[in-house]
Amino acid sequence: MTSPLQRKLKISGPTAITANRLADGVVVWLTSGGAWSMAIAEAAIATTGEEVQRLLTLAHGDENTAVGAYAARVEVTAEGRAAPANLRERIRVNGPTIAPAA
Amino acid sequence: MYVYDAFDRTFLQERVAEFRDQVARRLSGELNEEEFKPLRLMNGVYLQLHAYMLRVCIPYGTLNATQLRALARVARRYDRDYGHFTTRQNIQFNWIKLAELPDAMADLAEVGIHGIQTSGNCIRNTTTDAFAGAARDEIEDPRLYAEIIRQWSTLHPEFTYLPRKFKIAISAARHDRAATRVHDVGLRLHRRDGETGFEVMVGGGLGRTPYIGKTIRDFLPKEDLLSYLEAIVRTYNLGGRRDNIYKARIKIQVHELGAEAFAEKVEAEWRQIKDGALKLDQAALDTIADRFLTPDFEALPDDPAELATALANPAFARWHANSVVPHKVGGHAIVTLSLKPVGGPPGDCTADQMDTIADLAERYGYGEVRVAHEQNLVLPHVRQKDLPAVWRALDAIGVATPNVGLVTDIISCPGLDYCSLANTRSIPIAQKLTQRFADDARIADIGRLHVNISGCINACGHHHIGHIGILGVEKKDEEFFQISLGGKGNSKARLGELIGPAIPESEIVDAVERLVDTYLELRASPAETFIAAVERLGIEPFKERAYAPR
Amino acid sequence: MPLVKSGAVAADPFTAVADGAPLPDGPVIISADRLLAEQGTLAARNGEIGVAWPNGRDVAELQPLLGRLSLVALAFPKFRDGRAYSQARLLRERYGFKGELRATGNVLRDQLLMMARAGFDGFEVEKAADAAAFAQALESYSLFYQPTGDGRRTVAAARRAAEG
Repeated sequence: MTSPLQRKLKISGPTAITANRLADGVVVWLTSGGAWSMAIAEAAIATTGEEVQRLLTLAHGDENTAVGAYAARVEVTAEGRAAPANLRERIRVNGPTIAPAA
Repeated sequence: MYVYDAFDRTFLQERVAEFRDQVARRLSGELNEEEFKPLRLMNGVYLQLHAYMLRVCIPYGTLNATQLRALARVARRYDRDYGHFTTRQNIQFNWIKLAELPDAMADLAEVGIHGIQTSGNCIRNTTTDAFAGAARDEIEDPRLYAEIIRQWSTLHPEFTYLPRKFKIAISAARHDRAATRVHDVGLRLHRRDGETGFEVMVGGGLGRTPYIGKTIRDFLPKEDLLSYLEAIVRTYNLGGRRDNIYKARIKIQVHELGAEAFAEKVEAEWRQIKDGALKLDQAALDTIADRFLTPDFEALPDDPAELATALANPAFARWHANSVVPHKVGGHAIVTLSLKPVGGPPGDCTADQMDTIADLAERYGYGEVRVAHEQNLVLPHVRQKDLPAVWRALDAIGVATPNVGLVTDIISCPGLDYCSLANTRSIPIAQKLTQRFADDARIADIGRLHVNISGCINACGHHHIGHIGILGVEKKDEEFFQISLGGKGNSKARLGELIGPAIPESEIVDAVERLVDTYLELRASPAETFIAAVERLGIEPFKERAYAPR
Repeated sequence: MPLVKSGAVAADPFTAVADGAPLPDGPVIISADRLLAEQGTLAARNGEIGVAWPNGRDVAELQPLLGRLSLVALAFPKFRDGRAYSQARLLRERYGFKGELRATGNVLRDQLLMMARAGFDGFEVEKAADAAAFAQALESYSLFYQPTGDGRRTVAAARRAAEG
């Protein structure tokens, strides 16, 4: 698989960087301060390819905290916060859409 | 079943220690993710959408009650009180933490189970018939050979970094219940002139480029099993493609060379090693066979009075007709436990259910449990007189749905609810289908019908070999599903045929129901199964009606 | 890149020589193409010769030359590319090569034991820390399920011994 770094970055709208925390796999989002947060609402929102590239480079440099970082398209709420923009990210943020075995 | 000895246990403890050290080195940053990933994969540890997943190997699908309880404990202590049984006869825990994995593995090692080689580009868990050792149509118990292959392939120094993963399946009965034709290597034990040996098939597989395996040898003497496998895997390791992950499976090498040329290479390699250290003489076979504990069956009369009385209860009778098959020993039966309740995720099993099933196995089933590749469990050796009591206990924990082999016995991959490779969800489709077809009498009338769902082209739900195969595709963030018809996974394996454009998620259940209704309308008689009707009529009449009138 | 031999970091007496460059005195490692092209003149040379053999090339081609070779270097361009394990076993177990079998490229601690089992006895280890942990890496397991030519004790042999 091509790493996101080798791909030419084209973004189709507001984008945030997400990954899984190394120690437990929990979904995390890169904040503007360069830290990882479990809350998508705290994610840094990038709107240019250059900005996404900069954040991704930052994220990939921190693989001992969070792994598999990639750029995910997000929606921006009325408050200016990131929210999931597709089913995959909704599931990552909210958990499976199914009730597991009862 | 096979009982680990001190050597097997030492090996497992050393493996846990090694993994503990690797996890520590990863957490400290000494190992980077690229270096660590193949190591964790080789121990069955994946990173999914929201968490790590541990895939635990259940060698050839055989468990004892103690092991099943250990799985329940791991589910409670390190996960969310449930596990998911897979089409490869394994179990997956979806919410495990990397930092706790070495402890979970140490707990499993205490009862002789592990995650070794459940992932990675190595030889995976050898799968076989869930009814092995119990089936009436069996020539020999295939688990002896599966165990021999397990030992040979475990940490094989030459074959741990193959071009891609490598899966072997064995069948030793007249009915192939192990889908041997869709594995990298399929082995079919059969008899010729009084001797038993293997038909060897290579290059089968599903995924994005599905192929049916080709026979490269009709009859391989048992003593040559390992040397022949070593020759196949060496030929693949040296010559399989490594330039493109999607062309790296052995099926592509076999296809590009042609089965005959591939077979010649294997035979040439084999001639060099066939009389070497891998030869399985009778003593070598006996050493392993001696470690298989076979229940001390007491032959009993078939159809005892307890059973006859219970059959007056229509609910029991329906379950008995559906989920119970004859055993090779008189007065016994093989019981399949449906993990496909109405509205439930296929293959999921709670810790409490596992504990109860372990108790039942001990009380009524010589302590043995099997995992079937259809994502169900099996109690392979139950006395017929105990069937009413077993049924009541199974029914009480929701694993006696009489839908085994029927339209709601759906094989499904985890899909986008868990898997990072998936394009669409699959479990919710299965759940909705089980709700639509919730009526036991109706599904019994529909009869044998295999529905398989995959959430992406990697085909973990084996949609190509479903009588009705459903493949999820994503278009502009919306879920769509392609339907194929006529696939089969048995000895006459065949890939299903696509019926037309993909259907939106909201319409897929209706479309499946229309296919089923078409069958009910067109079948020659109730004895003609869905697949037989598709084979007789072709897909055209089904295709016409699958799509909603517009 | 430390070279590990006989379990310890060792000096490397061999010099890698580019194709076309004159061969210096002393042990050299040359390419497969050069070895095959110049085998006539090389036969007359006194110094030790090693070859860097690509992992996509059949080692059967090397068989007639093995008596003249002190070293065969096999490549792991990525540790996930495992072709050299098969090549190593063939050289040792089928063609009886007795010289140094050297693992080169992406050689990491977690694969050292596998390499040793396949017949490697020289390791160009990428990280100094991995070289230091060499002995530990080779002792991770005390028993092995399958026989290779390395002579390590197999589970089957241990079972037979235990049964007397």
